[in-house]
Amino acid sequence: MLDLFYAPFSEFEFMRRALVGVIAIALGGGPVGVFLMLRRMSLTGDAMAHAILPGAAIGYLMAGLSLPAMTVGGLAAGVIVAIAAGLVSRFTSLKEDASLAAFYLLSLALGVTIVSLRGSNVDLLHVLFGTVLALDDHTLLLLASISTLTVLALAVLYRPLVLECVDPIFLRSVSRAGTPTHLIFLGLVVMNLVGGFHALGTLLAVGMMMLPAAASRFWTSDITMMMLVSVLIGIVSGVSGLLLSFHAELPAGPAIILSAGVVYVISLALGREGGLLWLAWPGRHLEA
Amino acid sequence: MSSASTAIQFDGVTLGYGRRPAVHHLDGEIPAGCLMAVVGPNGAGKSTLLKGIVGTLKPLEGHIRLKGPASGIAYLPQVAEIDRSFPLSVYDLVAMGLWSRSGLFGGIGRRDHARIEEALAAVGLTGFERRPLSTLSGGQMQRALFARLLLQDAPLILLDEPFTAIDAKTTADLLDLVRRWHDESRTVVAVLHDLDMVKRSFPQTLLIAREPVAWGATGEVLSPENLLKARRMVEAYDPHADVCHRSVA
Repeated sequence: MLDLFYAPFSEFEFMRRALVGVIAIALGGGPVGVFLMLRRMSLTGDAMAHAILPGAAIGYLMAGLSLPAMTVGGLAAGVIVAIAAGLVSRFTSLKEDASLAAFYLLSLALGVTIVSLRGSNVDLLHVLFGTVLALDDHTLLLLASISTLTVLALAVLYRPLVLECVDPIFLRSVSRAGTPTHLIFLGLVVMNLVGGFHALGTLLAVGMMMLPAAASRFWTSDITMMMLVSVLIGIVSGVSGLLLSFHAELPAGPAIILSAGVVYVISLALGREGGLLWLAWPGRHLEA
Repeated sequence: MSSASTAIQFDGVTLGYGRRPAVHHLDGEIPAGCLMAVVGPNGAGKSTLLKGIVGTLKPLEGHIRLKGPASGIAYLPQVAEIDRSFPLSVYDLVAMGLWSRSGLFGGIGRRDHARIEEALAAVGLTGFERRPLSTLSGGQMQRALFARLLLQDAPLILLDEPFTAIDAKTTADLLDLVRRWHDESRTVVAVLHDLDMVKRSFPQTLLIAREPVAWGATGEVLSPENLLKARRMVEAYDPHADVCHRSVA
């Protein structure tokens, strides 16, 4: 029985690499996802994940399936779209969600077009859904660096980041840290999405951010705990997704996100903080 | 005109949104240690004026000069744009008042803890430390925000409709804090609607209706004629307004 869990990783190197990859993604993505959720930017994350595509696609067009080219392209495109959407919402009457939706639709269409200009359908699938079972040394190093940098940056930015979520006017009245904090945070989002992109593709990269974060909200109302729980959920989903894909011969990326989805649904149903079960049967009211 | 005892100096200040002025050609000064009410009809530019002083809104014309640094302002916005669903405790909210001392990374030591407890006690929220913001009533939230103002320990305090939708008991308690600030020679500027309260507790008043109507001792400013004038003035909105050529003072 234990063998079912252990053997795939002990026998196959590509499974071990995938394991390291998803753990790295969970470490960085979970906490970033928690802040995206608390800042009501969950859909922003989604939009930015799509926005990465044309950049990665241009990198691909110029250099094929090359890690540095696609990473640099993806980072550049993500940053450009994030800033452009921010500027549009700041200086015009269009709200940020609408302007992001406009930019990401544009990016997605552009990205798919660029990839199909040169590549085969296999390449397109690669770009859209990632290759978590084929992570090489450089990609693993990239994923590990991204999650390290993310955890460190969040530790440094924690206070202004929380304050900017709760009471942005107050932060603006006591400090100039608001705008740089927001920009660095967006940078972290883009970085993690690019990392996730290599393993899970543009369409699912955001899944390892938002699903663990959303699930963690049902278990605790403490931000630090939420980040820890989201990392844990990310790792559990990653491992069970990989095992599921190994034993049932399913594609790995979707299996991982599906596992995270299952955890989310369980949390939604049973979570101690506002889960459906507790809403339906809250127990008798208290004295005070 | 400006002297050492001036907290805020307005030189031909016009504040607005787009090119439309909300506060038109304001000149004058708020002396340090002044307890001043800003009164006027809805849409008179009262909140806009506070935003201009805080610096979140740049004047379309003219200058607002502050004696101290901008960080010496404690500002309580109108509908505090606080995300009350955010998982944060009352204690942590109030502790933010220490920002100017602790900044981005500074720790909160034992003395700071004592000061936070003191501020909570002063607003009557002892025992609420661990409560999440989402469980507070409107009045309790306002008390918590006043506790944060207390900790900010600022020489200039701006309050935008601090007592709107707040019950009498809470209003009285918080008004005591405002008086205490005045006794400590802090400058307090409060946007208010309750004219009786203004007459009772605020020695100075600025009556505005998109431009200053009267400014000075409360008793003189709040004359029936001035109030009527203010009500008439605020209603002028011209979709085809011409460019304003009034000279800058």
